This record gives sequence, C-alpha cells and structure tokens, in this order.
Amino acid sequence: MADEPHNLGPLHHSTAPVVAPGLTFASVTDKISSIVLKRKTPLWWFLGFALSFILFQLLLLTITKLVFEGIGLWGVNVPVAWGMDILNFVWWIGIGHAGTLISAILLLLRQKWRTSINRFAEAMTLFAVAQAGMYPIMHLGRPWLAYWLFPYPNTMGIWPQFRSPLMWDVFAVSTYATVSAMFWFVGLIPDFATLRDRARSKPFQLLYGLLAMGWRGSARHWHRYEMAYLLLAGLATPLVLSVHTIVSFDFAVGIIPGWHATIFPPYFVAGAIYAGFAMVLLLTIPLRKLYGLESFITMRHMHNMAKVMLATGLIVGYGYVMEAFFGWYSGNHYERFMIWNRMHGPYSGYYWALILCNIITPQFLWIKKLRSNLLVLWLLSLVVSIGMWLERFVIVVTSLHRDFLPSSWGMYQPSTWDWTMFIGTIGFFFTLLFLFIRFLPMISIFEMRTILPDAEVEE
Amino acid sequence: MSDEKRESFSETEPHEADELHLSVSRRHRTAPALYGIMGEFNNPSDLVAAARRTYEAGYRRINGYSPYPIEELSEAIGFTRTSLPLIVLIGGILGGLGGFFMQYWMEVVAYPLNVGGKPYNSWPAFIPITFECTVLVAAFAAVLGMLVLNKLPQPYHPVFNAPNFALATRDRFFLVIEANDPRFSHDETKQFLNTVGAKNVSDVEI
Repeated sequence: MADEPHNLGPLHHSTAPVVAPGLTFASVTDKISSIVLKRKTPLWWFLGFALSFILFQLLLLTITKLVFEGIGLWGVNVPVAWGMDILNFVWWIGIGHAGTLISAILLLLRQKWRTSINRFAEAMTLFAVAQAGMYPIMHLGRPWLAYWLFPYPNTMGIWPQFRSPLMWDVFAVSTYATVSAMFWFVGLIPDFATLRDRARSKPFQLLYGLLAMGWRGSARHWHRYEMAYLLLAGLATPLVLSVHTIVSFDFAVGIIPGWHATIFPPYFVAGAIYAGFAMVLLLTIPLRKLYGLESFITMRHMHNMAKVMLATGLIVGYGYVMEAFFGWYSGNHYERFMIWNRMHGPYSGYYWALILCNIITPQFLWIKKLRSNLLVLWLLSLVVSIGMWLERFVIVVTSLHRDFLPSSWGMYQPSTWDWTMFIGTIGFFFTLLFLFIRFLPMISIFEMRTILPDAEVEE
Repeated sequence: MSDEKRESFSETEPHEADELHLSVSRRHRTAPALYGIMGEFNNPSDLVAAARRTYEAGYRRINGYSPYPIEELSEAIGFTRTSLPLIVLIGGILGGLGGFFMQYWMEVVAYPLNVGGKPYNSWPAFIPITFECTVLVAAFAAVLGMLVLNKLPQPYHPVFNAPNFALATRDRFFLVIEANDPRFSHDETKQFLNTVGAKNVSDVEI
C-alpha cells in the first residue's frame, strides 16, 4: 500500500496530498469521533434535519393517498405508463452507483484518496437505493402484494416468470441493497469500537458497544477482516456494473423505438457514475466546509472527482451521439422518427436542455481554474444532476408517447402528486443523511489511520 | 512450520484456551486466573519488531492489537493464512448453482409456462439472476464467515481488562503473550516483554 509517498508537494493539483500533513492517529481519531460524540450539534443541522423531515412527510402523505386511490393519482396513463416513478427510480439508483464505485472499484485500484470519502459515499448509496426501491413497489398498484415478486412457495401454486427483465430487476436491486448494506456495516465495525471506547455516556457506550460486537483490533481479526473487505470489494465491483446493466435491460429488452438499443448497458452505467459523482460533490462540498474537514477531504479529492465526472460525462455524450447515429443509420422508419421526435417533437425542450446540461456544461471542467473553484464545481454538479434527471425523462417519455401507431399517441404530464412523491424522496434521502452524519463517523477512521505517514512500518 | 500447522494453531481462540487455563490455575494457583501478559507500544514499527522477536524466541500463543490493520503484524505473529477465500468461493458456487436451478426448476418443472414461444429452459434469460445469486451468497459468506472465524460477536474478552486498552482503538499498540503458551512462565515472560521494548508490561486477568 505504501508505494507512493504521501507528500509530493504542491507541484500540481492532482499530486496534492491525500491528507494534510501533520495529522496523527490521535488527532484523526479525535477529530472524526468528536463530530459524533463531543461537539455540540450545530444549529444548521437542526434546521437542515427539520426541513428534510418536513419534506419527508410529503412522501408519506403521497404514499398514503396512493394506497387509497391507486396510481391514477399520478400522471401516468396509456401510452406513457412509465412516467416519473420509473425515471426517478433510475435516477436514484444511478446516484447510488458512485458510492460503490468509490468504495469498491477504487479500493481494488488502490486509490488512496478514496479513503476519506468512501464511508460517506456508501451511505449515500444506501439511502439513494432506498428511495429508488420505493418507486417500482408503489408503481405495482397494489404495493402490499410486492412480496409476490419473490419466489416463495404459495397456495396458488405459481412461480415468478424469470424471462422478464422486471424480475431480473427485483433480484439485482435487492442484491445490490443487501450487499451495499453489508459492505457499509463491515466497514463500520472497527469505527464502532472506536466510538465505544471514546463515548462518555452510558447509552452511547452500550449502543456503539453492541454494534462493535466486541471488536478489539486483534491482528488475527484484522487479517480476516481485510480479506473479507477485499473479497466484498471484488464482489461489489461486477455487481454495481450488473445492476445498472439490468436496469437498462428493463428498457433495452422492450421493442419500443429508442429503448431497443444495444448501447444501453454501458451508456446507463456511465450515466450512473456521472450522476453519482455529481451528487457526491454536491454533498461533500458544503459538508467539508461546515464541519471543517478540509484536512481530510482535500482539493485532491475535488479534482479527482471532477475528472471522473468529466470522463464519464464524455462517455455519456458519446452515448447520445451514438443513439442519434444508430437511429439514423438503422434505416428503420420508427427509429428515425423517434430521434426526429426527440429533437423536434413536443418534448424537444427537454432534449436540448439535457444536451446543454450533460454535454456542454461539464466541458468547463477541462479548465483547472474552474475545477478549483468550489462554488463553480458545486453549481456544475447541480447542473449535471438535473441533466441526468432530464436524460431519464427523455428516454422514458419521448419513446413511449409516440410509438408505432399514431392512433395510440398521447402526451404525458406529471401530476402534482408525482412532484410531491419526488420531493418527498429527496426529503427522506436528506433525513437519513442528516441522521447519518450526526450518529455515525462520516469518514472511515480506521482507514484514515492507514494512510497517515505514521502508519508505515519501518523494518 | 508448514502452513497448515500454522493455520490450525492460530485458529485456537483465546476463550477455549481460557477454559483450559482456568482449570490449571484452579489446581495450582490461588492468584486470579491469568490470561496473559501484555505490553504497550507507541508505534507500529516497534510492535512489529517486538512481535517478530517474540515469535523467534519460540512463543506461539501471541497476539497483537492495533488501531488499524498492519499486514506485517499478522506475518510477525505467524498468522498468514485464512480459510475465508475458500468459504467465499464455496458460497459463490452454491449461490450460482442454487440461483440457476431454482429458476430451472420453477420454469421447467414446477410451473412451465409458454412465454412468447421461448423454450422452457431459456437459460440465457436465467443468467442475470444466476449472477445476482452468486454475488449475494458469496457476500453473505464473506461477512458471516469473517464474523464466525473471528468469533464475533464476543462482548467480553480478557484483554479489555488491560490498562489503557481503550487506546487500542485510537493510537496505542499492544502485544500479548498468552498464559497457555507452552513456553510461558510468568516472571521470565514479563522480563522478556520488557527486553523487546514494551512499556507498561502488565498481567491480564481473565
């Protein structure tokens, strides 16, 4: 692990140190654990939590009304039966992918800079997947029968139909949620032990003590732990790629023009990472400022994340170009019309806004000066998040609203309840995130110790 | 020493050893039962060097404690192999086979349904779920296997009695020679730990 010196000096932004110089085991431990244990909860936390919690109530209200009235509450109807609920599902689950990329893929690639952001990104993954999972379940119409999706022996004597991508989705998303939760929890065990030993009040000692399960930092335990963590990372890597691939199959296996495309899996995965890094930047830029974590989450992190965003943004841009090219080159009447309709039809505004948000705007990231400006970076991330939402809108809605027969064409307009559901999930997401930063260490303490200069064993 | 021997030896966990020791100490001693002798170190290099010397001196029932994983430490105490990868491999194979044949049985045997004229055993369509099941069971095997091999959850352990041990999750490093080591002798071992540079050498009671 220690093949690269920690301080190469400020030769270039990308070689800026991963952690600020002068940190020790004790100072890293105390600083991160004090956010949870000692520091007074800041006022902005209460304000932020209250606001998110209020928005979360909108979700509960919408779901309650939906259960009583049915999904006619939403704007979905034939021909656009997959409206905001499915596009929001794809949007949320895509955001989650950056967390797994940071925690698993960058671990395998031995990118040390991942260490100070992986815990936070993994939490973001879990909370985003929780939002995503709600949409298809609510879209079932009878959400209380969602367990019918799972293969369990039943008195009706029937089994699920496994040739359908919708069943693949059930398995992919539930596996992804489970594995992400386990990965996150395993990463937290040594930090629970740290909090157990630092906590002063009995309830917290008990709470963190229970969660730490008696972790004591034994060399034998660490050895197996590291092995388990590495294997989990190895398992999570193909898993995260498979999840968005399977989500894209929901579309690509269908015969609707604009969906039936072989480019979908890689294009969806790149889009997911793109949106996810935008969300990580959107959240870490204010958080590191508010909690004074600049020595842990350095400018190197910001630059690296911006570069990943730029690279995946270019892949996504390539996807858009190829989508249009395939539509034209196919020579297929319906495919050509679909592309024409996207660019010039009633939803063309969404299409051009998406091109502006996802292809044009991120080009500013080429300029180092703009990358270094956190406000600019934050705004660019916001634009990308909106752009990725527009992308899913364009894919879901423009393909469905005008398919093969003009007699079955129609328009889609999200209802108020579509918006309350979406805003409600944003509220729920931030509610969970605020609880997380208050009660759990948002930076992995033990992994931070491993990248300190003191951690090297001199023979 | 062969690798297998190392593994089997190192799998001997403290609390089995504790019981053994308890019976011995009840017969031969009146002092409180002893788990081992522990010394402190301020940095990882000293701990690893001391652990090496302890292993070279012939002690085998030794363990190090550190706030973060140190690869060199588990090598120094002679613990280099774990059966975890095998457990995960078996988990993955079982998950994959289970996932595929679950679908095969349901679609071909239990509830054959003609969907778009596709064959009952449309195996390419079963691959995504087969893959997900492989990963799911392998991941469970990794997490549960790690916890079971580490004998966690284990709320009580004698080392928690040692002075300053709360710092093992902050910035302090510890080395323990267990009392059931064949070479263990209270005074000599204590002396030995002092000579390898340990500070605050103290008895750890059960």
